[in-house]
Order: sequence, then structure tokens, then C-alpha cells
Amino acid sequence: MIENIKSFLGSFFVTGDPMIYGADASIALATIGIVFYLTYFKKWKWLWDEWLTTVDHKKIGIMYIIAAILMLFRGGVDALLMRAQLIIPNNTFLTSQHYNEIFTTHGTIMIFFMAMPFIFGLMNIAIPLQIGARDVAFPFLNAVSFWLFFLAAMLFNISFVIGGSPDAGWTSYAPLAGLKLDPGVGENYYLVALQISGIGTLATGVNFLVTIFKMRAPGMTLFKMPMFTWSTLVTSIIIIFAFPVLTIALALMSIDRLFGAHFFTIEAGGSPMMWANLFWIWGHPEVYIVLIPVLGIFSEVISTFAHKTLFGYKAMVWSMIAISVLSFTTWLHHFFTMGNTAWVNSFFSVSTMIIAIPTGVKIFNWLFTLNKGRIEFTTAMLWALAFIPNFTIGGITGVMLSLAPADYQYHNSYFLIAHFHNVLIAGTVFGVFAGLHYWWPKMFGHVLNERLGKWAFWVFMISYNICFLPMYFIGLMGMTRRMYTFPSGLGWEPLNLVITLGAFGMGVGFLIMVWMIVYSAKYGKRDTTGDPWNGRTLEWATSSPAPEYNFAHIPQVETVDAFAHMKEKGTAGNIYKAPFQAIHMPNDTGIPFILSVFFFIAGFGLVFEWYWMAIPGTIGIIVSMIVRSFKDHEDHHHIPAEEVEQTERAAGRLS
Amino acid sequence: METTNHTPIEYSTEEGSNKILGFWVFLGAEIVLFSALFSVYLVLHSHTAGGPTSKDLFEVKEFMIETFLLLISSFTCGLGTIELRRHNVKGLVAWLVVTLLLGLGFIGMELNEFITYVTVEHATLQTSAFLSGFFVLVGTHGAHVSFGIVWMICVIIQLLRRGVTPVTARKAFIIGLYWHFLDVVWIFIFTAVYLTGLVL
Repeated sequence: MIENIKSFLGSFFVTGDPMIYGADASIALATIGIVFYLTYFKKWKWLWDEWLTTVDHKKIGIMYIIAAILMLFRGGVDALLMRAQLIIPNNTFLTSQHYNEIFTTHGTIMIFFMAMPFIFGLMNIAIPLQIGARDVAFPFLNAVSFWLFFLAAMLFNISFVIGGSPDAGWTSYAPLAGLKLDPGVGENYYLVALQISGIGTLATGVNFLVTIFKMRAPGMTLFKMPMFTWSTLVTSIIIIFAFPVLTIALALMSIDRLFGAHFFTIEAGGSPMMWANLFWIWGHPEVYIVLIPVLGIFSEVISTFAHKTLFGYKAMVWSMIAISVLSFTTWLHHFFTMGNTAWVNSFFSVSTMIIAIPTGVKIFNWLFTLNKGRIEFTTAMLWALAFIPNFTIGGITGVMLSLAPADYQYHNSYFLIAHFHNVLIAGTVFGVFAGLHYWWPKMFGHVLNERLGKWAFWVFMISYNICFLPMYFIGLMGMTRRMYTFPSGLGWEPLNLVITLGAFGMGVGFLIMVWMIVYSAKYGKRDTTGDPWNGRTLEWATSSPAPEYNFAHIPQVETVDAFAHMKEKGTAGNIYKAPFQAIHMPNDTGIPFILSVFFFIAGFGLVFEWYWMAIPGTIGIIVSMIVRSFKDHEDHHHIPAEEVEQTERAAGRLS
Repeated sequence: METTNHTPIEYSTEEGSNKILGFWVFLGAEIVLFSALFSVYLVLHSHTAGGPTSKDLFEVKEFMIETFLLLISSFTCGLGTIELRRHNVKGLVAWLVVTLLLGLGFIGMELNEFITYVTVEHATLQTSAFLSGFFVLVGTHGAHVSFGIVWMICVIIQLLRRGVTPVTARKAFIIGLYWHFLDVVWIFIFTAVYLTGLVL
């Protein structure tokens, strides 16, 4: 009996690696610390009332961003472990298995649990404010999206201490990720966690599409929307058409692994190639799901700090729409070398190159926006300016990769690694950092410290180039991705050392940024006006942080850059002019959180194929949905006019 | 509520019309989902790995009855929407109950079909890639119908309790959209899986 328990625990918990024991200990300590803090300071009720049950888009946005920063830390530690392993030839710091697990979780976490939630967080904070709305179209569904993401992220993250991490790469190619070559629970974690967070992502896409189509302030026609709103609209459409394919790919591989079907197996007629097709039919649009929103952020930041209207508004919009359509026509360039015919490769080669055209249009539009602008070098603006050349390098090497014959040389080498980090870091990461600095005052009511922000920027940006530029060369020298070690004598030592130093430099930049956030919370300049940057769009028309109802009166929009226009005309005060009326708002509810906990339970059961756990979890999901259905008839309340007046007075908006 | 002759009750509130648009968008995503499943099935159709083929398995009589049950249920669901527009709870609920029973009949037939395949023909999910594709495509549709039945029961109870309000009307309208959508998917299954499977 005791032997049985022992052997169960031995396989349930990951054992044998001192770093994992260290992680076990720190997870346990952090959990005890949090529970102690919440109990000692009697914060449980606060946590439940203010955060776990909220449907306010601004709070949900903040939670998304906190979770994304935690995941950036986790994914970043993975990256540093990989680089520590590769600092010298024949290193034995990590075993091959451990290395496989780490590059898999690094990629998966950075895409699904860092980039997307960070972007969704910024969308949540900014979009309803930018379009002059009081919330998103479906506040309940918005909370569901967040909690599904959050609990899926937790499910994925416990894999490294319970059961073992996935180890087949973030692309999880069949047949490598199939049951035969990859037994154990690791891949199940990947499949189930991504499935759960994917449901939340699809709901976010639907939610923001309807929000933007139906809830804009009067007068804001589609071509008067701020550029970040446009980019979110385009992204929502990509999500709606791309994510169901991921749902299917993950479901089919789960059915293969859990129930012995033959979609992607080698035997019984399965087709491993089909996984690559399904995965990238979602995967290439996914690249634009994490890129297009930040193009919107850069447009906002550059226009604000050049103090000019964005150059070529319509060209910006149409180029995003073109990119979104083209994003569905290029997936095969991820596997040019898998033996397609020359005609097929040629088609996808050309379709890939075409994307450079609308992207180039956007680059020139930003440059022309800067032209003759009164440029203010804030930290947000620095991130945006650094984006332009760094992203262009990534874009141009992308065009090199799109040449099918040349790709036979670059494929799966460090050249590719350098390319996609150049677009994803200079695009997505610089973009969310710019957005974080830009909207931070709107989220918390104070400005982030500029001096520390600039230190973090320079350290991170320079280190990033030290890290990734040498990768192009080491890739051309023959180093392939996912090598857990390399022999000496190939001339790879110096560049690998430089790359590792760059990676740790980025880690230092991240730490400065964390310090900046802590420092600014205490000493940051308070934003009393609600408009710290002399902003151009409506989110700056309300106070910082925005009141629960966002706008006391819904603004009237006449032009692009609606708030800049209002300030010129002297009508900016209209949104907080007495008398006030009662405001209709959605009620808080615990159902999204509870529903997501049931998803977690069912998901954990599926990972371990414990149906005694998965089935009750699934029943819990269905019951939560039924309870919601019966309770949503009266899920709104009114904020009385007097309370609106008090809030506006407290924000210093009424004399 | 401000219902006029021009605005149907389910669209009469902002929330109602937003949710209906949201559901249409969701159906767009569902179309992509089923498209992916159809592609997978069609690619794998000939990958029978020595197991039974579609010609061996499909019975015209069985799938014709399933088809008629589902098509008629879509018609009765549409009749329910007409009663909804007349604010006639009894008529609406009656048609929804008929729809539900036809849906149950369809699910019963499909389960029977699956059980026959597995027990009599020894054609299981694990037999071949073709059968994996078949069971998952047709099964996903069946799971949607089953989910729709549970959902419709919830809507019926709410209609009986509360009558036709903007909220219950919206719910009845949306379950109708969902039901018609499943009918459309079935027409593709009927054509691409069953009819094609008999000839190819």
C-alpha cells in the first residue's frame, strides 16, 4: 500500500532535479505567503468583491496585464536557462529532456500566456474608453474570457512540478507529439490548457467585434475611430476565423492521445502532415493577432508624441485589412521543406512576400507622421521609435525566409530564431511596453517614472540586439534550433557567449522595469488631469483612473482624434457637465470565476485521464452555464445621479 | 418596453440586439470549426487502413430518416419564431417542444447508428483514420444537437416562468438561430459524408 502511494507520488510530482525542488519550495512559500497576507489583513472579501467577481473592463484589463507580466517572467526564466546551457560547448547544466521541456514551455507561454493576454489587457483598458462606451458589449463574457485564460495558464504552469512539462516544441508537431513517441502527461497539458484558453480568446474576439461595431459614441463613424480601435477590430476578425482551426487541431490530437484515434498517427491511415497544416492555418494568422494590435498602439503613441494627426489614416486602415486577409494565405511557408510541389511552394512564397507591401506602407506612414512633428521623447515614444528599425530588420529577414529555395538553407536554423524574435520582440514586446507606459496613468492614476523607464529601455533594447543579431550569423554557420548542446571547434563559441550575455542583459532590463513599477507606485507623478500626454483620443477625456462608468455623459464625436478636436473647440468639459443622470451598469458576478475553476478541474482530470475528476468537472461547467442562463434576467443596476456627481467632484472635475 | 411594429421584441433592447449580432459572429466561427472538420474528414476518407469503407457502412434508410427528422425540426423551430413574434408563449413553447422531440429522435437514431457500427460492423474510432474522421465530424454535430436540446429545455422553462419578455424573446430567437445552423451543417454532412460516401 505504502509502496503504491510512494510510486504514485514519484510519478505525480516531478522528481530528481534540484532546480525543480527549488521551484516546489518557492511555489509553496509564495502560496503560503499569499494566503497568510490575505488572511492576516482580512483581504479575502476584498479580493472576491473587487477582483474575482468584477465585470469592469478596466479591472479585467489590469488583471490580464499582471498575469502577463508574471508569465513574461516565467517565459523569460526559461529563455535564460536555455542560454545558460548554451553559453559554452558541451555544457551539462541541463539534460536534453529538460532542455526540450524548457524550449517548449518558453514558446507556448510567451505566445499564449504572455503576448495575447498582455494585448487583451491593453484592449480591455483602452477600447471602451477610446470609443466612448461604458463597458464592452458583453461584460460577463469578458470576465469568462479572462478567467479561462488565467486558469488555463495556471494549469499549464503546474506541469513542470506535477506530472512533467510538454516537450515537443510549441508547435507540437505530429508524430513527435503523438502518444507513441511522447507518452506521459506533458503533451496533454499543452493540448488541454491551450484548448481552455482558446475558448476564452474566441470569446474575446466576438466581444470586441460587437463592442466596436455597436457601442461607439454617437458621431464616431468607422473612419473616425482611433487606430488602436481599428487594429483591435481587425484582430478580432482574425481571431474569429483563425481560432476555431486551433480548437479542431488540439481536439483531434487530444482524441488521438486519449482515445486512440488516428488523425495524426503514422499507422492506420493517419496523416501527421495534416497537423502541420491545421496548426499553421491558425498559427500564421496568430502571428498577426499578436502583431496588428501593437501596430495600433504604435500609431497612437507616435501620433500623440509627434503631436500630429496620424499620416495616411486610410492607408493605415486598408493596409491592416490587407494584412489580415493575406495572413490566411501564407501558412505553408512554415514547412516549405516538407516536400510540396514547386508550384505550391511558389504560391506560398509569393503570397508571403506580398505581405511586405502593406507592412511597408505602414512603416512609411509612421515615418511621415514623425516628419515635421514636435517629437517628445517619452519612454513610450522611445519604444515606438525603436520598433521601426528593429522590426524592419525582422521584416526584411522574413522576406528572405519567404524565398522557398533559400529557405532550404535557413529552415530550422538560428537564422529563423533570430527572424521571429526580431518581429515578435521588436513588434509585440516593444509594443506592449509602449502601451504599458502610455496607458499606465489611465489604469492607476500615476505616471511611470521616466528616468527608470529610459534606463530599462536602453538596457533592454541594446541587449536585445546583442542577443538576436548574432543569431542570424550563427544560423548561417549551421547551428540549428532546439540543439541542447553543441560541440567545440565549429567556431560557434564566441557568438553563443555573446548571445547569452545579451539574453541576461534583457533580464536586467526587465528587472529595472519591475523596479520602475514599484518605485512609481510610491513616488510616481500623480495624474490629476486625466490627460497627462496632451492626448488626442477619448480615453484622455475622462479622469485617471477612469470612474466605473467611464464617462458621466457619452461624448459626441465629430472628427478623428476626437478629444484633440474637443480641446481646440473648448467642448472637452461637456462630458462632465451637471446635471447628471443615473447610469445603467452590469452587476458583478462570481459565475465566470467558478465556471473557469470547473474548467480547471475538468482539464486537470483530462490531462491525467482521471475521468472520476474530468466528468464531475464537466458537469460543473454545464451547471454553471445553466445557473447563468436562469440568473441573467436581472443582472444590471443603476448608479444614481448623485453618486455620479460625487465621483466627478472627487476627481476634481466639478468646481 | 419600447416595442414598435418595426422592431421585433428580441431586438428591442440594445443588449438584445448586441447579443444577437454576437451570436451571428459566433456562428461564423462555428462555420470555420466545421469547415476544418470537413476538410479533415474528406482528406482521410480513403484512408481506411483495411477497415470498413463508407460504402460498407452507410445505410440509405437510416440516414434519410435522420435527415428528415432534423429538417422537420428546423421547420417547427421556425414556426416557433412566428409565434414568438405574435407574443404567443403557448404556441412558441408548443413548437419548441415538438422541435425538441424531433431533435431527441434524431440523436436516438444517430446513437443507434454509431452503436451498430461499433458492435456489429466492428468499425470504431480506433479502426482507421477514415473512421476517426467520421465519428468526430458527425459526433461533433451530434454533440452540438445534444447541447442544443439541454439549452432549449432551459429556454422553455424560462419562457413558461416569465412569458415573452425582451430577454426570453432574445433567448428563444438565438436558440432558433443555433438550431437552424445545425440543420445547415447537417445538410453538408448529408451531402459530403453520406451521399458522397455511397458513391466514392
